[in-house]
Amino acid sequence: MKPATLGHSAAAEIFNRDENRVDWHDKTLWFIREKRDRAAYQTNDWELLRETASQIKNNVLSNLHNYLLAFEAKAIENGITVHWAADGAEHNRIVHGIIKKHGVTRMVKSKSMLTEECHLNDFLAKNGVEVIDTDLGERIVQLAQEPPSHIVLPCIHKKKEEIGELFHRHMGIPAGISDPQYLTNAARLDLREKFLTRKVALTGVNFAVAETGEFVVCTNEGNADMGAHLADVHIACMGFEKIIPERKHLGVFLRLLTRSATGQPITAYSSHFRKPRPGQEMHIVIVDNGRSAQLGRENYRNSLKCIRCGACMNTCPVYRRSGGHSYHFPVPGPIGAILSPNFDMAKNADLPFASTLCGSCTNVCPVKIDIHDQLYKWRQDIVNQGHATAAKKAGMSAMTFVLSRPKVFSYGGKIGRWAMQWLPFLTNNSLNPWYKQREMPAPPKQSFREWYQQNRKNK
Amino acid sequence: MSSREKILAAIAKNQPNPSPLPDLSLLGNDSGELLETYTATLKNIGGNPIVVENLAGIKDYIKEHFPAGKRIITSLSGFDTLAESNWQHQPPHELENVDLALFWAHFGVAENGALWLTEDILLQRAAPFIAQYLAVVLRAEDIVAHMHQAYERIGSDSYGYGVFIAGPSKTADIEQSLVIGAHGPKGLTVFIVK
Repeated sequence: MKPATLGHSAAAEIFNRDENRVDWHDKTLWFIREKRDRAAYQTNDWELLRETASQIKNNVLSNLHNYLLAFEAKAIENGITVHWAADGAEHNRIVHGIIKKHGVTRMVKSKSMLTEECHLNDFLAKNGVEVIDTDLGERIVQLAQEPPSHIVLPCIHKKKEEIGELFHRHMGIPAGISDPQYLTNAARLDLREKFLTRKVALTGVNFAVAETGEFVVCTNEGNADMGAHLADVHIACMGFEKIIPERKHLGVFLRLLTRSATGQPITAYSSHFRKPRPGQEMHIVIVDNGRSAQLGRENYRNSLKCIRCGACMNTCPVYRRSGGHSYHFPVPGPIGAILSPNFDMAKNADLPFASTLCGSCTNVCPVKIDIHDQLYKWRQDIVNQGHATAAKKAGMSAMTFVLSRPKVFSYGGKIGRWAMQWLPFLTNNSLNPWYKQREMPAPPKQSFREWYQQNRKNK
Repeated sequence: MSSREKILAAIAKNQPNPSPLPDLSLLGNDSGELLETYTATLKNIGGNPIVVENLAGIKDYIKEHFPAGKRIITSLSGFDTLAESNWQHQPPHELENVDLALFWAHFGVAENGALWLTEDILLQRAAPFIAQYLAVVLRAEDIVAHMHQAYERIGSDSYGYGVFIAGPSKTADIEQSLVIGAHGPKGLTVFIVK
């Protein structure tokens, strides 16, 4: 995995050097956003469904303590071993401990953003355990030694020719193949051998039901099930916010999740694991890793309602044109930008600024998280706590100086309009970030104030 | 203090004031024509609906569309000449060469084409995933409108494993091109018995 050293705008600038590719990325994600819209419009009670999901999640947050205890008791009763991890390091040690106990050095894993957050793969590799990611998109980025760039579509940034090249090198297919059907079949054959030979399978958790102690995993490919049903040991890892109260609430979330994510009415598989199969060992690792602190932050606790559909990424004009890797956090896009400062405000101080605050993320969110309001609040907290960059601070004090002095503002505007007209090189140059990938607009002849004084004031 | 106690104490301290659970009874009350909707939705998600009169119709279809000599497994009775029935105690890995797995579903869901199957039907959890093709028998009267009615039907059933299956396995991870047949079956036939 590459170290994350660049801030969002610097990384986005690199991403934007290839204009055709940015256009392609932008259009691909917008296409998914349109599919989401069609699915939503075809669902008569869509808005009531969102409101209901939001209220269920509000109830969950307000009663997490008891729901977790109920879930744990039921899961144990069902024959599942329950572990608790305070942070990522403890999570990784628990998972490694289970693998070591079985004397195994190879395992398969289906999609889990939590294990990305905890950097489990790196930890296990250092401890001599080979992890094969089995979701096709995750397998592709794993072979490319990159993190996923999207939580639902991990290799959305990759071209099929690049994937063909990766499979040529790692799976031995002939060079120069880029047909998705062929490539998918090559991965199917390659990964089938892994499913059949690995004794430990790890999956994520989409929903965990307090009432019954069962957990639900959603995939289109069937990879979570192929791994879990063929392994002697199934480890399921979940952030504690995945809890929902009762089984019937799954009806609400399963209707919303995939329609929001890809526009499908439901994933191909929604698997309900309640007990290990006879002879199998099943573990659940419940992880905190900063979530309990986040629960205590009134302005930001709603971000824990997230069901990881990715709709906010697909709709975000900044995400679509900057790519998931520019966010240097396992969950990119608008939701990542409000989750990440909870983990490390200094390191992720740039992310809440990677937004136009247009509010589209909030409008598509299936559980009604106030994403753009939280972005705005984070900006204030970040600046107040001294984490803004020197340039941003200087810019903001200059802005404060100008905006609080009407005469300076009016005079400055005049100079600006004159300069843009007569000395365009002052703004149309590479030192001006607003000039990147853009033409500067023609300056207006007069300001609104001047126009108002001429035309309206005395009428 | 163990991590468990630490986490639970922090949650108890930080969780907001109680917020009530919403009423679900207003959701999914538009039902429409169930069989028609189910069939249309199933086609949209890549499934293949086949309306049959009886078991003989299913047998005829399988004989015609699946090559003889390949392995077929089922948990349905009455298919002895066509499919193996004595496979439930084999290790799941030995199902790797199964061409077609045939099961019945408790019910189907019109809004998304999903079929609900549980471990007692599947005999082996791996079976509907490891087979190259999957076929499921659904009685036309066992179609519900929405997921809310689906969970009403499931109620407090104490299955060890249950799954909603909606179409064949699929992926669009490579440039958003839809490919049928990712890791699970490359096709799903649903025999709707009228």
